[in-house]
Amino acid sequence: MRSDTYEAGLQIAMKLGIPREVRSEERRVAVAPRTVERLRKLGFDVQVEAGAGAQANCSDAKYIEAGAAIVSAADIWQQCDVVLKVEPPSDTEIASMRQGQILLGMIWPANNEPALARLAAAGVTAIAMDCVPRISRAQKLDVLSALANIAGYRSIIEAAHLFGRFFAGQMTAAGRVEPAKVLVIGGGVAGLSAMTAARGLGAIVRGFDTRLAVKEQVESLGADFLVLNFEESGEGEGGYAKVMSEAFLEAEMKLFAEQAIEVDIIITTAMIPGRDAPVLITAGMVETMKEGSVIVDLAAERGGNCALTVAGEVVEHHGVSIVGYTDLPGRMPGLSSRLYGNAIAAMLEEMGGNEDFDIDLDNEIIRGALVTHGGEVMWPPPKPDDPIIAPDYSKDFGKRPEDAEEEDSALSTAKIPSGLLRSVATGIGAIATVGLLIVIGLWAPASFATHFTVFILACFVGWQVVWSVAPALHTPLMSVTNAISGIIILGGLLHLSDTSAMSAVVLGVIAVFFATINIVGGFLVTRRMLAMFRR
Amino acid sequence: MHSMIEIFLASSESGHSLVAMAYLVAGVLFILSLAGLSKQETAERGTWYGIIGMLIALAAATLSPDVTRYGLLALAMVPAAVIGGLLAARVQMTGMPQLVALLHSFVGAAAVLVGFASFLDPHAGMNTSEAIVHEIEVYIGICVGAITLTGSVIACLKLHGVMSGKPLMIPGRHLFNLAALIVTVLIGVWFVSGAVSSDGIVIDTTGVILLILATVITGVLGVHMVMAIGGADMPVVVSMLNSYSGWAAAAAGFMLGNDLLIITGALVGSSGAILSFIMCRGMNRSFVSVILGGFGAAEGAVASSDADQGEVIEISAEDTVGHMQAAKSVVIVPGYGMAVAQAQHALADLTKQLREAGVTVRFAIHPVAGRLPGHMNVLLAEAGIPYDIVLEMDEINADLPDTDVVLVIGANDIVNPGAENDPASPIAGMPVLQVWKSKMVVVMKRGMATGYAGVGNPLFFHENTRMLFGDAKKSVDGMLGAL
Repeated sequence: MRSDTYEAGLQIAMKLGIPREVRSEERRVAVAPRTVERLRKLGFDVQVEAGAGAQANCSDAKYIEAGAAIVSAADIWQQCDVVLKVEPPSDTEIASMRQGQILLGMIWPANNEPALARLAAAGVTAIAMDCVPRISRAQKLDVLSALANIAGYRSIIEAAHLFGRFFAGQMTAAGRVEPAKVLVIGGGVAGLSAMTAARGLGAIVRGFDTRLAVKEQVESLGADFLVLNFEESGEGEGGYAKVMSEAFLEAEMKLFAEQAIEVDIIITTAMIPGRDAPVLITAGMVETMKEGSVIVDLAAERGGNCALTVAGEVVEHHGVSIVGYTDLPGRMPGLSSRLYGNAIAAMLEEMGGNEDFDIDLDNEIIRGALVTHGGEVMWPPPKPDDPIIAPDYSKDFGKRPEDAEEEDSALSTAKIPSGLLRSVATGIGAIATVGLLIVIGLWAPASFATHFTVFILACFVGWQVVWSVAPALHTPLMSVTNAISGIIILGGLLHLSDTSAMSAVVLGVIAVFFATINIVGGFLVTRRMLAMFRR
Repeated sequence: MHSMIEIFLASSESGHSLVAMAYLVAGVLFILSLAGLSKQETAERGTWYGIIGMLIALAAATLSPDVTRYGLLALAMVPAAVIGGLLAARVQMTGMPQLVALLHSFVGAAAVLVGFASFLDPHAGMNTSEAIVHEIEVYIGICVGAITLTGSVIACLKLHGVMSGKPLMIPGRHLFNLAALIVTVLIGVWFVSGAVSSDGIVIDTTGVILLILATVITGVLGVHMVMAIGGADMPVVVSMLNSYSGWAAAAAGFMLGNDLLIITGALVGSSGAILSFIMCRGMNRSFVSVILGGFGAAEGAVASSDADQGEVIEISAEDTVGHMQAAKSVVIVPGYGMAVAQAQHALADLTKQLREAGVTVRFAIHPVAGRLPGHMNVLLAEAGIPYDIVLEMDEINADLPDTDVVLVIGANDIVNPGAENDPASPIAGMPVLQVWKSKMVVVMKRGMATGYAGVGNPLFFHENTRMLFGDAKKSVDGMLGAL
């Protein structure tokens, strides 16, 4: 469905509006100047509110340079066809929107139902960038992963800022400094990013995740993967973690309690979709940590993984700093805006660009992200039939263990008949061979029996010798066998000198001719090839 | 016609015994020749063994009392030697498959001719059982020779591109093959029973006509069999024909009672059989299913069903070079596409420059890459790539997870992860190079067409995969330009 104004294929550029984010703490902007060019290539007309990117190192001048027009906030909300935002729209913003206008931004529909209802009532088509389905094709639109990556990195930077030591161990003239020990709970995008950053600073890093599939990735970053002596995989729908059983949680808490005494920094990233974040670090555990230790709680916004976390603040308890910032990506506004803008551009591309712009309800990505449309709330989207396997967690295309087991059992049932068949075939072959040998022994002339013996023995010699040939030399092997099978020239030679049948002589001459080509050609080309093989 | 062993054991003519000894030496040298090819270091010596063995056998046969017409011999051999020499000197390494197939056809032709000559040569003093065996030998020799001849000619034409590489599927083709086989056997029975009488062998026109008929039928069978086989199954077909040429030579040895021919034929026959076996294992397909042909046409529908696997990400030649320069370890996987684009020389330059820049570059060869067993190795050797950085699939698969960049050039099915983890894939179970386990894969390809097996390749949609579209040679030249 095209926006009403642009029906009938008129090539008028749709206007994209980028307002300044209203909340003063929000430093990001939906689209950075370098992405403006990309949007313009898609055929859009880009309008930016004055000062929209000021806090993200994106000056108005840069936007103008990239081809955007600088306008007032009122212009954006009144004239633009599509509004691009970072944060969920405020009530005032929704009030200034009109029927049929399109909004792209983070909406968090699960926590923002009133806003959703208002957007629907206003007739706004809202696309939630945070609801893009996690399928391979949608990876470049996946803002959550992009932002989680930044959050993970920033969590280590914040921790390093508060932590009073080097991360890497050092031998200095003044004494030895032991390396910092960092525990990262959760091996999602943010967790892995935090592990990478901590490793990069030289810390000893330990990773934990309920999903065993993450182990390999954690280890590939040079971190140790902590394992519970407990069998239960936490892989839930869409590659997110699921709620674990009581006994599992108990074992998990014991592990965290042990680790808390040992490590200097804990980064927690554990979140379960649609629920409060699980409390993994209790006040008691915090009290056992060394003074000067730091906890960065990436789940602060959802209640926090640490019992003492205060969202948006840093609190200190028994000398341990607990960081509850909820705006970690926003603390790197330039980079966040850039990556977010790329995802926005990819979404607009997915929607067909300016020329073929369409809200295609059959498009899995668009449908997944569409939260209000035509006056109705479209969230949540209908569930896809197949369980989605998150691309981030299936890095090596590997089968999950369950699949492999199923396959094994399928194989073992299939093996029986084929094995039976094979032994039957072997039996028949053996009987036929014995039969043939008896027939030859009984009726064939003695000379044939001798030749046959030579033949079979030569076959075995050939079989043994050729197996040792290096695969790289298979082509030379073929050309050499070409040459030596030219030995059939002997047959031609004998007939060529035949005295009784002229026809045999003629045939003999031709046979010698062909066989000679083989001998000469085969040997020469082999030599030519072998001369090329150089170390 | 006497058997060599009989002569060796009983003859008082020293000439014949000497010839027999010469043949024995030649046979041993042929075995040593094949053994020498087991390693690059000894391969050259192996060829010399073969050449010396051949010279000894030829000298012994020529000097023996059986060969008298030297003028005729020179007339046949000299031009043939010139032709053979020219063929060997002129052939492009990319044209090796055709040449090998052509040489097989010559053995087939010689076997047919020797068979006919052997039939026309009057045989005195054979008892009935000897005559029956001899006629069966002649018949089998001619039939195997004819299949080898026509099959190899078709294989050569297909490999040379004169004929389409697509499998030709006529309706009821299995039935046709079966009928041809049965008719051949029936004619054989008729031929043998007609040619043998109580006092030896009867040479008559009926016999000749039956032999010609059998030659034609088996010849058509050979044509049809190879026509039904598609391009990438060619390694199996060429090795099979290699094997047949050996069996044809062995059959000629039986009809002439010549043990050297029998030994050589058996060596070549088993060598070809092993190569066919290795090629089939490389594709996880049974020999029978390859020979029955038609692979890659019927399964075409599968490709479309998984069309929506995601999006491919393109990369430029310059960026590819950037990634390779930044890499510690690069693995290049060549396929038939490299041979078609003649990109091996440019690739060798690229390899040289990367190696000089301190990047570890290695090549990974799948057993069935190309159109001939070991085809890729020869092409890379021709381009001057040292053979110790050219590794087999089994040698390199374990190293791929630690490889920074894998460059796939003109290969498709041999790097298809579907073979390992999609039981529904037509190539399921085929051993493949696990390139997707590496940190980054760059696939050089003309377009998004499926490979020979007609199977979509999930590798192209993998998150670590980048596609470099275009002609392989031009892309590699582009990379060289960027270096």
